[in-house]
Amino acid sequence: MALLSESKAQRVYEYLWRLPSDLDQIPGLQSQIVDLLSRCGFSERDMFAVRLALEEAVANAMKHGNRLLPHKCVEVALGLGEDSVWIRVCDEGEGFDPDQVPDPTAEENLERPSGRGILLMRHFMDHVEYRDRGRTVFMVRRRACSSESNHQAFCAPPVAE
Amino acid sequence: MSAGAAPKRRRLEVEDIGDVTFVRFTDSKILDEANVQVIGEQLFSLVDNHGRKNLLLDFSRVEYMTSAFLGKLVTLNKKVQQAGGRLALCNIAHKEIFDIFVITGLKRLFNIYRDEQEALQSF
Repeated sequence: MALLSESKAQRVYEYLWRLPSDLDQIPGLQSQIVDLLSRCGFSERDMFAVRLALEEAVANAMKHGNRLLPHKCVEVALGLGEDSVWIRVCDEGEGFDPDQVPDPTAEENLERPSGRGILLMRHFMDHVEYRDRGRTVFMVRRRACSSESNHQAFCAPPVAE
Repeated sequence: MSAGAAPKRRRLEVEDIGDVTFVRFTDSKILDEANVQVIGEQLFSLVDNHGRKNLLLDFSRVEYMTSAFLGKLVTLNKKVQQAGGRLALCNIAHKEIFDIFVITGLKRLFNIYRDEQEALQSF
């Protein structure tokens, strides 16, 4: 992981990871990101939402984007601000049209074993946007509760490595 | 009773109550992408290899899960139905976990009960 930039004026911290297409990489990434959110005073509800959306996005990027090919990587960027957190996940696949993904809540699709990840991302994040013909997803989650104590707790997150 | 003779780490606690098999997950945060394959195999094995057909899953310890696990539940539901049995869920303690079933529409597909007493009476 690398701390990309730090703006003390705006109090925004950005981090970047580059991972091989291996699902076993996901728990370690989640752990680092949840730790950063916790240090910045984000709530349990925020951390659940980000952890879930992150896992769905990265798993989709590795499985459907990169087809689990080990030489293809997934890039994950994280931005931590006082009022929100954003995540950007990019893969090296062919891309896809998110509007063509069948509605998993439709009666005829309820018994399909897959296809619910994007729905969950859209529910748990405040903004989800696909870019670069579906190869990049950008998501934002606003702080569930911006209490004074949370803002006081917002401090420069350490660079783990 | 064991979930199976597989040498892998046991992810399930299994208890037979009459003709219903009551299943608890051993860890609260195991239902992520990396572990879901193993847990799915252990659940499927209850039906495919151990002849169980009425399954009651206890979600009281489950604090986290993703769409990958939902896929396993959908497949498990089909398996028990094909075996002439039934799948039920109970004790969903965390609001976010319950929300996942509502958002995805799977609350309509699965039999979800408040606690194991209510669920056991439904079999």
